[in-house]
Amino acid sequence: MKSNQSLTRRKDPAWIVWALLAPSLIIMLVFTVYPVFRSIAFSFTKYRLGMDAPEFIWLDNYQRLLKSGTFNKVMVNTVVYALLTVLPSMIIGLGLALLVNRPGKQVGFIRTSYFYPSVMPMIAIASVWMFIYMAQNGLFDQVMIALGFGAQNVLSNRNTVLPAMALMYVWREAGYLMVFYLSGLQAINAEVLEAATIDGATGAKCFRHITLPLLAPTSLFVSTIAFTNSFKLADHVIIMTEGAPNNASTLLLYYIYQQGFTNLNYGLSNALTVIMLVLLLIFSLPRFFSQDRKIHYS
Amino acid sequence: MENIKKYSITALSVLLALMWLIPLVWLVGTALTKASFNMSFLPTTPFSTENLEYVWNTIPFGRYYLNTITLVVVTFIVQFFTSTLAGYALAMYRFKGQALVIVIIFMQIIIPNDVLIIPNFMTLSELGLIDTKLGIMLPFLGSAMAIFLLRQSFKTIPRALAEAANIDGATLWQTIWQVYVPCAKMAYMSFAVISVSYHWNNYLWPLIVTNSVENRTLTVGLAYFAKSKEANMQWANVCAATLIIIAPLLLAFFILQKQFMNSFVSAGIKE
Amino acid sequence: MMKRILSLAISLLLLLSMATALAGDAPLELSMYFPVNVGGSAAALIEKMTEDFNAENPDIKVSPVYTGNYDDTVTKIQTAIQGGNPPDLFVSLATQRFTMASTKMAMPLDGLIAADPEGAAFIDDFIDGFMLDSYVEGAIYSIPFQRSTMVMYYNKDAFKEVGLDPEAPPKNWTELVEYAQKLTNENRWGVGLALNSGSAQWAFTGFSLQNCTNEVGLMSADGKEVYFNTPENVEALQLWLDLQNKYKVMAPGIVQWTDLPTQFLAGQVAMIYHTTGNLTNIRNNADFDFGVAFLPAGRQYGAPTGGGNFYITSGISEERQQAAWKYIRFMCSTERAAQWSIDTGYVATRESAYETDLLKNYYADFPAALVAYEQLPYAQPELTTYSAAEMWRILNDNIQAAVTGEMTAEEALQTAQEQGEELLYDFQ
Repeated sequence: MKSNQSLTRRKDPAWIVWALLAPSLIIMLVFTVYPVFRSIAFSFTKYRLGMDAPEFIWLDNYQRLLKSGTFNKVMVNTVVYALLTVLPSMIIGLGLALLVNRPGKQVGFIRTSYFYPSVMPMIAIASVWMFIYMAQNGLFDQVMIALGFGAQNVLSNRNTVLPAMALMYVWREAGYLMVFYLSGLQAINAEVLEAATIDGATGAKCFRHITLPLLAPTSLFVSTIAFTNSFKLADHVIIMTEGAPNNASTLLLYYIYQQGFTNLNYGLSNALTVIMLVLLLIFSLPRFFSQDRKIHYS
Repeated sequence: MENIKKYSITALSVLLALMWLIPLVWLVGTALTKASFNMSFLPTTPFSTENLEYVWNTIPFGRYYLNTITLVVVTFIVQFFTSTLAGYALAMYRFKGQALVIVIIFMQIIIPNDVLIIPNFMTLSELGLIDTKLGIMLPFLGSAMAIFLLRQSFKTIPRALAEAANIDGATLWQTIWQVYVPCAKMAYMSFAVISVSYHWNNYLWPLIVTNSVENRTLTVGLAYFAKSKEANMQWANVCAATLIIIAPLLLAFFILQKQFMNSFVSAGIKE
Repeated sequence: MMKRILSLAISLLLLLSMATALAGDAPLELSMYFPVNVGGSAAALIEKMTEDFNAENPDIKVSPVYTGNYDDTVTKIQTAIQGGNPPDLFVSLATQRFTMASTKMAMPLDGLIAADPEGAAFIDDFIDGFMLDSYVEGAIYSIPFQRSTMVMYYNKDAFKEVGLDPEAPPKNWTELVEYAQKLTNENRWGVGLALNSGSAQWAFTGFSLQNCTNEVGLMSADGKEVYFNTPENVEALQLWLDLQNKYKVMAPGIVQWTDLPTQFLAGQVAMIYHTTGNLTNIRNNADFDFGVAFLPAGRQYGAPTGGGNFYITSGISEERQQAAWKYIRFMCSTERAAQWSIDTGYVATRESAYETDLLKNYYADFPAALVAYEQLPYAQPELTTYSAAEMWRILNDNIQAAVTGEMTAEEALQTAQEQGEELLYDFQ
């Protein structure tokens, strides 16, 4: 053990390390590790409002969910919403980064305009956009009426409610992803690009054959952040629609919240939590297999 | 040709910037003018602080401010201690079980706290901490993001410095706080920005944990207000309330924009 | 070495205790959760009335805690009780009483009423229609407080403009459609209904009562059965769809409860179905002549009652129960019921309140306010069953499915019926 210790603190006994780690580790064990196992355990029980103790029912909760039309709808919504938000905000984020990847004072102001939604609480953004999307009187509908399309009332239409929320989300997220692309772009050696230009490569070619491949690790990394972010938010659903119309905008985390805290169905909401964990795990996998990992974590 | 390209890029980026600003402009304009039945992008009614006064007097925002500031500050202070120690341990030692520790820290990065609301609420109620500020903060007092950020930063500090301190007879405790912490200022700044903005903006967990006004945060107070069935040109009041809660962070951001963006990048990458 | 660790531990402990100290202790006084669902400054009024109570009773201090709208409040009460830190009493929907009783969150009040020398008289004085909403299996679980019913507000100026008699609002569904068609133009809808979750089921109770043949609308009185898919109810839902799609006199899709009065006040809709709780608000803000009317009849008149009742949390000490009861008595006293009604537009819950000069003068001055009271004999409780929150969601979701064109009226109510029966299976 001692021989493994670092050079500087040769004489410290092994328990010192654990003492230093303990405060953080205890919190993480209690509020991150334990709840995962707890959710798995409770997902096998019937445990709801008014019951004194959970009742073991093995896989019934999962079977019930698979049969439930609402659950299937929620899963489809969650995936559709992720697709509607992740790719567009990555592309727009990259586009914005390319636009502002140069020095200068005005550029600072422009970057600020793209990024400011990231420092606003989702709850505030949703409160404002709820009125933007308000039927008839809202800004969005006023523009639609002025353009001759008539009032759309997008939040009450099952076909437009998710895209409308996604638009708001992309507005918020693109600036955030932009800063990652900016740092990725700045890491690309200027000489490489210069050499390419001298070789006669034009802007577009340069971008496709040099910049884009070099940004691939950044993109992979950004995509894991973007997916996690799209799954972990229910704030806007709570404020804007509460899942309406007929669960067309119910996302998985909102469904967990609703089953857990409105219906007080702990068994079912823990089963949903387990499903969410699986989803997160799947979409985080690239992080572990990416080349980039070494750069970021070593 | 070059110039045309340059100008068109500038024009496009400015145009987009203006588009991005639409919600904020509308929010500020609506909050600061007399309410009207017809929503418009640019205000059509005279300037007025009526909405701000109304919401400030209707909702105990003073109390919510105090609560949020308390939470943000105490959370950061505790994280400062816990993460410094853990970050130092991970940067300086090799030990049995290290891999397991890393895995546990990783788990927190992959699994956002909001996803675990159900089991964590159960734990918290067993601990009797529902509707307490401690309950809101507890899950965040060990921060994986901060630990990685600080570990990274500590690793870049030349060991000679620490060895010199060691020879001078400095204890471990002194070495950490007097040698390592001052050398990692930038990392602490990033971590402070991220921690403060996360906890200022956090909603779902405080919503679930708090019941009383004594513990309610700004975001929860705003949501209750925005969802309340108070009728009539509600948007003017909700905009005013929103402005009240976003103003401090937004102002800080506009002043320190570069620091903010860099912090988000370094924390994100460390995540 | 030990010293260092010790100092580390102590500083951590200090920090934690500091955090705990900042977290504050639970107050020893009674706490009460209450929702506010309507316009105006009802929250401030409740706080004011509570201050009066506290001043009158120096030994008790009730702290009212505003916990959002009705839905939020239900959630908060549940989580507070589950979290072991419940309020002593609370205002929640009358429809929550079966859930409150079956989960033992609230206590039966019969003991407190019997022990109170004036208890029986106090209960007798409540309007029957409202007391209906207080019983679970024969025991009283809640006391009517901020009770409302749905009325129709209509824009008299708009009526005049299209040649309708402003003193003759539509009396039945046929007239409703006919008038709405006349009132609809490019900038104005004829009629408006809020169809968001939490509002649609309320309005639908009214339409169901107007159309039913046996005085049974959506559910049985014991809260254990639902009758969503009767032909009469399908007909009622079809009327909504027709107003939107066939006659095109109502905004398509879902209009929010909160937006509807604003649209009415802005002149964008000529007749709206809304709560009496909004009366004061509309009166203060309308810049046109408006009227208040009975909901148009189908086969007969019908309207939903709704709103919140007082509950006392089960498991609190007897001393606290007594104090909570005293507070409820105070808040529901005749004079206060009258004043509360005037200030908010909610319906006064006590018969004796209508004998006070306060209300008599008010009605003389503002006859529109009397409409809600006169309509009460036709009113019945809104959808109330066991697992009320889930049942609401089921009905609302399926109504929305019909409104957004996902299902026909019949399919929607059939689905609602099946889901509702499954939910109530445990209580049969």
